[in-house]
Amino acid sequence: MSATEPQAAPATDAPIRTDMVIVGAGPTGLFAVFEAGLLGLRCHLVDNLDKPGGQCIELYPDKPIYDIPAIPRCTGEELTNNLLEQARPFHPEFHLGQQAESLTRLEDGHWRLVTSAGTVLEAPVIVIAAGAGSFVPRRLPLPGAAPFEGRSLHYAVRKMEHFRGKRLLVAGGGDSALDWLLSLQPIAASTALVHRRDEFRAAPDSVEKMRALVAEGATTLHFGQIAELHGTDGQLEGVTLKQTSGGEERIACDTVLAFFGLKMELGPLASWGLNLERNLITVDTEAFETSQQGIFAIGDIATYPGKLKLILSGFHEAALMCQKAHKYCRPDQKLVFRYTTSSSELHKRLGVAD
Amino acid sequence: MAEIFVIDRDGVEHSVTATDGWSVMEIVREADLPIEAACGGCCACATCHVYVAADWLPKLPEMSRDESNMLDEAFQVQDNSRLSCQIPFKPELDGLTVTLAPEF
Repeated sequence: MSATEPQAAPATDAPIRTDMVIVGAGPTGLFAVFEAGLLGLRCHLVDNLDKPGGQCIELYPDKPIYDIPAIPRCTGEELTNNLLEQARPFHPEFHLGQQAESLTRLEDGHWRLVTSAGTVLEAPVIVIAAGAGSFVPRRLPLPGAAPFEGRSLHYAVRKMEHFRGKRLLVAGGGDSALDWLLSLQPIAASTALVHRRDEFRAAPDSVEKMRALVAEGATTLHFGQIAELHGTDGQLEGVTLKQTSGGEERIACDTVLAFFGLKMELGPLASWGLNLERNLITVDTEAFETSQQGIFAIGDIATYPGKLKLILSGFHEAALMCQKAHKYCRPDQKLVFRYTTSSSELHKRLGVAD
Repeated sequence: MAEIFVIDRDGVEHSVTATDGWSVMEIVREADLPIEAACGGCCACATCHVYVAADWLPKLPEMSRDESNMLDEAFQVQDNSRLSCQIPFKPELDGLTVTLAPEF
């Protein structure tokens, strides 16, 4: 296991009890693990992406960031890896590829959070560090698409077997589209790739393989955008393509896999009864606590007078939040303020020798 | 004062004061018109997609490879599609007309 590889939490049916459940594994959530860890608190994180890093890793892994204090320049990926390394002594556990779905208060005052994968987490403190929401696949914005979704129109592949023997149409020009076209072509009855232009941003190797399949007639390639879906009772029979060259074309298919990237949406947490202002959660600026005791919001999703959506603001909010979170997690313990430079207690927690 | 015209998704045209050096996305967002611009303007999403009125197309900076790649994630892309975060406003663009592309 590499130094920065996150630890996957084992699947279990019994509720997982911890100090802090962090919704969102972006930079703010990751730094909250560190701040909580210094105070002796353990964290579990939930994120709908299949990897930690949030927008940094999904939107701009290779783009430079210049405004992280004391780091003159780093990429989104480097920042994520550094934060993972910094959090590592505190053994955060990640529940990835799942969305925080419901939140209820238990009789003892703790919170129970259940994810879309059925993971049950219980803790005195919930920290919402969800940025602009969770990343979900963009859906086809066509009238009449809804009845096909989940039946013959898909935005992800859960089981490859589902596509065996299908007349499959894949839409998109990135890695997801090409990787799945190449993986499913051998088991599908037929495959067609639809993209708006004869240029692909997918890995060159995949593009080459795709072009070879097209050359040998194993798959067809169409330039255009899906304009209409045809079929009945959720079962697709074909699509009409608005061709980039100007015309229209109808392609017969019984299954469509569409890859138009991911978008961010607030999702279920919008209905958790928290005070919202323009899709942001209002908090106090002393502890970044929401209208619900024990639920905090930090990072881009939190709003208060003067708020700036900067990663460094998220870091600051994480540190202050942990002070109050500690009171909920360790009501009998008095918290003493210490510096990592000099405290042997903190050195012990960080796993460094004095 | 310089201005641009923004046609919203209901077809209503808004005249918006344009500030030199701001991107068209920032100008639209500052006017409280519905533009998502999820990535904040670093050409890492396609949620500031607009259609540019034909007369204005040749006056815009050329599209970068990054921008045309990102447009792959937009829908209903047309020949006059641009990501508005990639169009810095300058005095020569006074009167520019853009239409907000459908949200999805």
